[in-house]
Amino acid sequence: MSQLTPTSSNVIPNILNSNAPEFRHDFAIIASWLPFGAKVLDLGCGDGELLQYLKAALEVRGYGVEKDDANWLACMARGVNVIQMDLESGLSGFEDQSFDTVILSQTLQAMHNTEGIVREMLRVGREVIVTFPNFGYWRNRYQIAMGQMPVSKTLPYQWYDTPNVHLCTINDFDQFCKDCNIKVSERLVLTDNQPVTFMPNLMGSLAMYRLQSQP
Amino acid sequence: MLENTSVGIVAPQTAHFHQPLQLKSGAVLPQFDLVYETYGTLNATKSNAVLICHALSGTHHVAGKYSEDDKNPGWWDNLVGPNKPLDTNKFFVIGVNNLGGCSGSTGPASINPETQKPWGSTFPVVTVEDWVNSHTRLADYLGIAQLAAVVGGSLGGMQALQWTIAYPKRVRHALVIASAPNLTAQNIAFNEVARQAIITDPEFHGGDYYAHGVVPKRGLRIARMLGHITYLSDDAMGAKFGRVLKNDVKYSFDVEFEIESYLRYQGDKFAGEFDANTYLRMTRALDYFDPALHYENDLSRALKNVKAQFLVVSFTSDWRFSPARSREIVKALLDNELTVSYAEVTAAHGHDAFLMPDPHYHAILRGYFNNMAIGALA
Repeated sequence: MSQLTPTSSNVIPNILNSNAPEFRHDFAIIASWLPFGAKVLDLGCGDGELLQYLKAALEVRGYGVEKDDANWLACMARGVNVIQMDLESGLSGFEDQSFDTVILSQTLQAMHNTEGIVREMLRVGREVIVTFPNFGYWRNRYQIAMGQMPVSKTLPYQWYDTPNVHLCTINDFDQFCKDCNIKVSERLVLTDNQPVTFMPNLMGSLAMYRLQSQP
Repeated sequence: MLENTSVGIVAPQTAHFHQPLQLKSGAVLPQFDLVYETYGTLNATKSNAVLICHALSGTHHVAGKYSEDDKNPGWWDNLVGPNKPLDTNKFFVIGVNNLGGCSGSTGPASINPETQKPWGSTFPVVTVEDWVNSHTRLADYLGIAQLAAVVGGSLGGMQALQWTIAYPKRVRHALVIASAPNLTAQNIAFNEVARQAIITDPEFHGGDYYAHGVVPKRGLRIARMLGHITYLSDDAMGAKFGRVLKNDVKYSFDVEFEIESYLRYQGDKFAGEFDANTYLRMTRALDYFDPALHYENDLSRALKNVKAQFLVVSFTSDWRFSPARSREIVKALLDNELTVSYAEVTAAHGHDAFLMPDPHYHAILRGYFNNMAIGALA
């Protein structure tokens, strides 16, 4: 389910954990947005890497949701709680406001029912974190301008075998939140693990949002 | 290869309990026997014991063989053994025959000490709760204060769940497989048809057929045939038998199709070795199990004292204990913020899938048991 960026692309020197070759800056940012010991639901949790990291860093009480068998086993091997289900069918097994934070890490673009899952996340979580590859990133635009669908570190699929069905730009997602009356409490844009503030929709590769329901 | 993964030749043992057992129905069993088998070695801290609870027609004979030429190993032999998913190099595994059974534990065919005759119709109706209470006696007898895990499929899964509800401090993990928090009306209906087949057999004699030297085989046979239909998926049955004919069409009511031949064979085999009174009681135990009943049907409240960690597994083609029923259990566990993982295994075999050595399913169980710490009691 989850289209996590290949970890090899994230090999960067980092002040927090400079020795770890697989350090994920986006994980660290997500961690910085969570209280210690938070109850966390990670949708499309992939192989459980993020939850394992959050458990080690913040002692979160975490559950992952994943539909892929191999990823499910990988979560189990990491000691991550994992619930096998298809996000497209909603989150009916989870009570309203029963999690501190619900995370959708680089999975939004693979969802068919995009609005449905975001609404479900806001129902289940007091806060929602959504991250996605920014289709408006200049490298993507460049490849389109050259006449081809973008293939990159963050979008590593060919057009004919991609699970991504709802790619969007940062501007698109901002508009989506406005239209759906969703409050964006924080937005961070990264390129090569560095924050981007100048023209983020053009210069940013990965978009990270903190969302809340409007009162 | 086989030599490395089989528990080898095993023998059942019998534990006698002389303290009365209060049953949920109000009846009291003054004394009782439980037949059990064990595989592997109980460690010094007695922290590595895993109890396997059987389903409708299961027994204590979970793994291994009774002799070198025994062609029928225990019913979950593909799961339990050295280097198997439930590894007997690590765990001490216990199989037990439930009360009311017909494989050695006290049941309707046993002799009632007060009358010196078989209990027959007077053997009380037993429940999942009663079984779990009796299991704790066996655990006491073996000196086990806390089980590393209770494992069960179907009706066995209900027992695993009940263990965690009734004895939260005595079980660290529960593996609830192809199970449900209670039966649906449709499931109770199937059970009722099976029971009616038995009860209306002229040789049933109100349950006291032992005295007449007969067995209600026809009823038991039909009950089993019905059961087999519901344990398989439409697809699995189609793939296995299709419309294949046994011989040329005879325009008769003899066996014409392979599926009929299969059902008759299974029915005959079962009727020759299983006790009808036990079948009635096992199906009734299924019907009655409903831990949420006294909590306004709120399973989450019923599980509020549970401490165990859970693995819940269902199978996509299981329509008798469908994935939706397992998800109800998962939801109640999540509501209580318990540690739980849930796998929905894509499998064609219907309810029977929980007994099959599907590689992914076994990888799930192997992974779970690998992670399970046995160092000390929690």
